[in-house]
Amino acid sequence: MPEITLIEAIRQALDEELARDDRVLVIGEDVGKRGGVFRATQGLYEKYGALRVFDSPLAEASIVGVGVGAALYGLRPVCEIQFADFIYPAFNQLISEVARMCYRTNGEWTVPMVIRAPYGGGVGGGLYHSQSVEAFFTHVPGLKVVIPSNPYDAKGLLKSAVRDPNPVLFFEPKKGYRLIRGEVPPGDYTVPIGPAQVSREGHDLSLFAYGMMHHYALEAAVQAAAEGISVEVVDLRTLLPVDRETILASVRKTGKALIVHEDTLTGGYGAEIAAIIASEAFTDLDAPVRRLCGPDVPAVPFSPSMQEWFMLNPERILREIRSLAAY
Amino acid sequence: MEVTAEIKREMFWTMLLARRLDERAWMLHRQGKITFHVSGIGHEAAQVGAAFAIRRGYDWVVPYYRDLALMLALGYTPLDFFLGLMGRRGEPGSGARQMPNHWSMRSMNVVSLSSPVSTQTLHAVGIAMGIKMRKEDKVVLTTVGEGGTSQGEWYEAVNWAAIHRLPVVFNVQNNQYAISEPVSLQMAVNSVAEKARGLGLPGVSVDGMDAFACLTAFQKAVEDARAGHGPVLIETCVYRITPHSSDDDDRTYRSREEVEAHKKDDGLLRTRNTLEREGVLTPQAVDAMEERARQIIDEAAAQAEATPYPPGEEGAFPVYAEEVRHA
Repeated sequence: MPEITLIEAIRQALDEELARDDRVLVIGEDVGKRGGVFRATQGLYEKYGALRVFDSPLAEASIVGVGVGAALYGLRPVCEIQFADFIYPAFNQLISEVARMCYRTNGEWTVPMVIRAPYGGGVGGGLYHSQSVEAFFTHVPGLKVVIPSNPYDAKGLLKSAVRDPNPVLFFEPKKGYRLIRGEVPPGDYTVPIGPAQVSREGHDLSLFAYGMMHHYALEAAVQAAAEGISVEVVDLRTLLPVDRETILASVRKTGKALIVHEDTLTGGYGAEIAAIIASEAFTDLDAPVRRLCGPDVPAVPFSPSMQEWFMLNPERILREIRSLAAY
Repeated sequence: MEVTAEIKREMFWTMLLARRLDERAWMLHRQGKITFHVSGIGHEAAQVGAAFAIRRGYDWVVPYYRDLALMLALGYTPLDFFLGLMGRRGEPGSGARQMPNHWSMRSMNVVSLSSPVSTQTLHAVGIAMGIKMRKEDKVVLTTVGEGGTSQGEWYEAVNWAAIHRLPVVFNVQNNQYAISEPVSLQMAVNSVAEKARGLGLPGVSVDGMDAFACLTAFQKAVEDARAGHGPVLIETCVYRITPHSSDDDDRTYRSREEVEAHKKDDGLLRTRNTLEREGVLTPQAVDAMEERARQIIDEAAAQAEATPYPPGEEGAFPVYAEEVRHA
């Protein structure tokens, strides 16, 4: 099987979905001739034309709001927000319109659409090209929130998102776009939205992560194994709806839980995982639930030294693993 | 298109029914039978002019909450209206989840709206994108108040449609007030139509108390949009004769003299006078229409009042498309 990068997996999924279903269209800034600032849509404009690979004005609320209209009309828009940091102008559309359309019309209208956005730091992007925004949206019933951590899942989950009858927010770890490689079969396959995946089995503690932090978590788990600590790593993959069963089954097995995310700690997604574990697996726990998250500052600072201070990495995850294993 | 006597009578009837329904809603509110009403009194002539210019059920409509007359012209019934006002089971647009006047009628290509202002304008543009992609000759009519034109999303939507010459008729029903704020606190230009100049589309201002002038203006705009000449902005100058809603007290910000003066030049009255002068209507025919309206409204209100609320548990769904229960 060919090994490809995360971004190539995204591009393949978009290409194949555009080819499979003529209702699919891509809307975003620079997605056309430029092929996307990260090249996620490279070659698609030439292949499918300006109407299906649509260069939008520089207006994020419009990208999503026009996507809503297109979905209402029966199309399957894939909206690209160039950086997750720029999704806030579209917040009103996402919360007031996208998430509520099915509910508020008792199902008379639905908005099957995908909103893709690269997220995350460690790329020299400073405050406004580094953010993790998932927690704003995992709070919102009516949305689905997906974050792949590897090329295989990225392609399969994005295809599922395009085919889903509901709106799906699809956040891509941009630091991993070219860094993370993996085997991806050519041609069509899907990965279902919903199930988490035990990506490495272990018995001393459970480590829950997603996106770039899952990539780091696997590295840390390998190093921990060399020290005799057996870490079970769970790739959450779909944050909303959350896969409670897989999370609880893992904690019941290991008795210890470490949640890792790059997003800031307070009110972050990890709090929900911690609450699920605390309320449903309390008697299985041998240690307090731990969270290793970004520090509670507004966003990732630019200077390399401060960026490094902000960002988690395999070493810091390993330290937390050692500490929890020793509890 | 020739405006026959029959069409004129139908237009007048729709205006009259809307007015009497709206007045009944105010009465029900005073009686404590409903908790909220937001009124379209003063807008009827302009709305009917728009409704009779489109191909109803073929073209698409993205309305706002004052569009009772427009909705009646599209087949919305007095019973639908009362079920919505009272939040009763079977309310067609939302299953009584939405506040009154938040219409949705998929069978007539009428899209659901929310309460945040001007979000829907972008949806109209997305629908028009779909029309263009499928090379159809449909037109989208979307409405908003003049206060709504202060929103960024309104400008974004008009801008997008103008760039791509999309078949949208943007109707702004300028009723002089956004709750308490007069037009002078919403815009520095003298009319909404002037805003079109900066966005690159034709802007037309029409006397919204003159149903037939409105009809003519909308017919031309719809024809142009259908022919591929791009969007048009039509400002219909109306007057909000009532307070903003049943929770508003307009005596706190405008004089009774001002309101009374506008009542004397009301669109319903003017249409009646015009049609009687033309011999299209007789006073006896108007009396008969009034009687018919009263009967229809009495029956519909009684039927709605006799209808139970939906079971509270129905509030649990449909958050996602899979949960939609089809009747």
